[in-house]
Amino acid sequence: MRTPRIIIVGGGLAGLMAAIRVAESGVPVDLFSIVPVKRSHSVCAQGGINAAKNLKGEGDSTWKHFDDTIYGGDFLANQPLVKGMCEAAPAIIDLLDRMGVMFNRTPEGLLDFRRFGGTLYHRTAFAGATTGQQLLYALDEQVRRHETEGKVTKYEGWTFLSAVIDGSGICRGICAMNLHTMEVRTFRADAAIFCTGGIGAVFGRSTNSVVCTGSAQSALFQQGVVYANGEFIQVHPTAIPGEDKLRLMSESARGEGGRVWVPRKAGDTRPANSIPENERFYFLEEWYPKYGNLVPRDVATRAIHKIVFQDKLGIGGEDAVYLDVTHLPREVLDRKLEGILEIYEKFVGYDPREEPMKVFPAMHYTMGGLWVDNDNQATNVPGIYAAGECEYQYHGANRLGANSLVSCIYGGMLAGPAAVKYSRNLEKGSEAVGESVFEAERTRQREANDKLLHQQGSENPITIWKEMGRTMTENVTVIRYNKAMEATLSKLDELDARYQKINLSDRTQWANQTLQFARELGNMLILARVITIGAIARNETRGAHYKPDFPERDDKNWLKTTKASYNGGRIQLGYEPVDISLIPPRERKYTAAK
Amino acid sequence: MPDKTFTVRVKRQQQKDESAHWDEFELRYRPHLNIITCLLDIAEHPLTKDGREVTPVSYEANCLEEVCGACAMLINGYPRQACSALVDNLEKPIRLEPLEKFPLVRDLVVDRSSMFESLKRTHCWIPIDGTYPLGEGPRMSPSLQEEGYPLSRCISCGNCLEICPKVNEHSNFVGAAIVSQVRLFNMHPTGAMNAYERLEALMGPGGIEDCDNAQNCVKVCPKGIPLTESLADVNGQVIRHAVKSWFTGRP
Repeated sequence: MRTPRIIIVGGGLAGLMAAIRVAESGVPVDLFSIVPVKRSHSVCAQGGINAAKNLKGEGDSTWKHFDDTIYGGDFLANQPLVKGMCEAAPAIIDLLDRMGVMFNRTPEGLLDFRRFGGTLYHRTAFAGATTGQQLLYALDEQVRRHETEGKVTKYEGWTFLSAVIDGSGICRGICAMNLHTMEVRTFRADAAIFCTGGIGAVFGRSTNSVVCTGSAQSALFQQGVVYANGEFIQVHPTAIPGEDKLRLMSESARGEGGRVWVPRKAGDTRPANSIPENERFYFLEEWYPKYGNLVPRDVATRAIHKIVFQDKLGIGGEDAVYLDVTHLPREVLDRKLEGILEIYEKFVGYDPREEPMKVFPAMHYTMGGLWVDNDNQATNVPGIYAAGECEYQYHGANRLGANSLVSCIYGGMLAGPAAVKYSRNLEKGSEAVGESVFEAERTRQREANDKLLHQQGSENPITIWKEMGRTMTENVTVIRYNKAMEATLSKLDELDARYQKINLSDRTQWANQTLQFARELGNMLILARVITIGAIARNETRGAHYKPDFPERDDKNWLKTTKASYNGGRIQLGYEPVDISLIPPRERKYTAAK
Repeated sequence: MPDKTFTVRVKRQQQKDESAHWDEFELRYRPHLNIITCLLDIAEHPLTKDGREVTPVSYEANCLEEVCGACAMLINGYPRQACSALVDNLEKPIRLEPLEKFPLVRDLVVDRSSMFESLKRTHCWIPIDGTYPLGEGPRMSPSLQEEGYPLSRCISCGNCLEICPKVNEHSNFVGAAIVSQVRLFNMHPTGAMNAYERLEALMGPGGIEDCDNAQNCVKVCPKGIPLTESLADVNGQVIRHAVKSWFTGRP
């Protein structure tokens, strides 16, 4: 029997989990990553990972986790797979614990759990406030072990350019570029699993890492992979604004008792600590008495926008609100939140244990992504699989906090074995495909590089990127008007035209980051359009997608998944029904217990 | 009023075998800038102070919140993360250089894969039987967790190797970061079962004996990891292990 070969692109949680599963089944893995996998964006996840282990005597159950997730996602997620994820979550925590993750403990030595947004249960396991980092390291260590046993080969410092798709529309491998030598090379594989993460850079600044450009997803989209629910973008309510990045202040700060407030008097410039209790407006607690500071992210973000832009109550007139943990015991802060408080102190310069933090919402996560099927993370192109943030399956119209880590790992666990099974059943493996198919793809990609390296013009890719980010953030995040989004499309037309006049300030063939970025930018511009077109079309309000002109959820017309496809350079939208077979849709309202 | 500016000097080198030179850039001052913003400004306007067009500076960066380890470099001669180095707190002109203890790739980019190779050699993982369901992990006291967690925050930035006098052309000391990882895995209830494998990997050349206790490592660790404690602890473990195997004749 022939041994198949599987490629995984992306070495965050989803990619590493998939790699471990494939390696365990005895199939060799080629793992590609732009950065050394230990530096992947999963390290930025802070607060924790959800699993209904019910270790606090609250009567929590995997069904309640499932219901919270579906309700939190405003009923847009296909339900069976979400149920599967919630049922698998407790065993995933156990597995991570066995791998040595330094989860926080109770006095009895059991796993500790904290509360997170969109639930009334203590369901979130955590390792300080650097849970994503700790989980990623655990999987990284396991993959390193498989690497020493020869089961995994890493290609770190390679960027994915395109899939190699043969004449019958089957994926036979990938084309990638070495970021030091700039070599463009094709690699054969029977299946490729994409775990390429988020798309924050499409919005310029976000809470995402530098590599989260969505470039790989966009390249695949342009090759025929369907992109689903692109318009659903999560804006996290609490981040520290910065010129290079909007740094996340985890929901766990509120999970541990942190409170959001503004001075009741507009333009009050007194120091926070000198403002008496009765002159503070804890607006989330007043507006949402049951969930308080732990309403889901879309709800909290819109509330902050209302306070700042409509009620003009931002701190001292600024675009900011207080996130206050100063009333919490120091010991709790140091044991459970040290990682994030340290970030605040280092980047802002004062100690948030003493003085309330100033925060503002920031683009954080894409619920949408590559379309995958209902049971094994397969895209519509045979041989291409996807897992993690780059696919669309688990979060509907809004993701609950601490569900991303579990969805990444669960997706990776499914995608690995599914790709192995598919590869073993292939009649003709990639080794039997003619070299000309690979040669053609290499040529196409080298030509794309040559075009950028040789074209003359006056445009700088960073400038175009910043302008794209600005228009996307202004018009296609928290509050969406069709007119403003049409203007964004015109702006994207202008940027597309200017992209053709990029003048690379670096034309060398060694570690040329300008070329790499220009390639990514081209792909980002297309993804920006997918997001915007999807948002214009969807005339309703659902989860993170909020249109004041269409303020209600419209199940009659819009309880459906958006499927964008790319035909001859044009983006086309199609729709398919959502699987609501397990929980009938009901009104989503966080002012009371659901 | 003209914008307030400041100067950044960057050590440039196209490739390992080519000669290095310095480029000087004048950047527009804004409050709360960090070194990453400076490098982005340069990429958008790659012009030196004297008006020469140059290539943008190559550098590594990813998370920008000091948790991925990518952007370590020498800033005013000191190894640290570029993302958390704030312009307001730095002496001007600011000097940027690549780490020197690792092979240069280009400009500020170096190749730190040797650290990951060391983690392989020292078996820094928990050897689980498999990822299929095997029930809960071992119980762990909060105090053990509180000892282990800080060690598990190592971001493999390489600062501790950069500053260590024993990491040089003549000695290939594995470095404090790796030794500290050995301590972490050896204290874990499951990891302790094969502690001897890790200890043996730290015996001999490049191992723990090469540490001469300069204690610089702990000063440059951006995560405040108690590296000197780890060095002392693992040194003790290695000695006990060596004595024990000498008496019993087995590892």
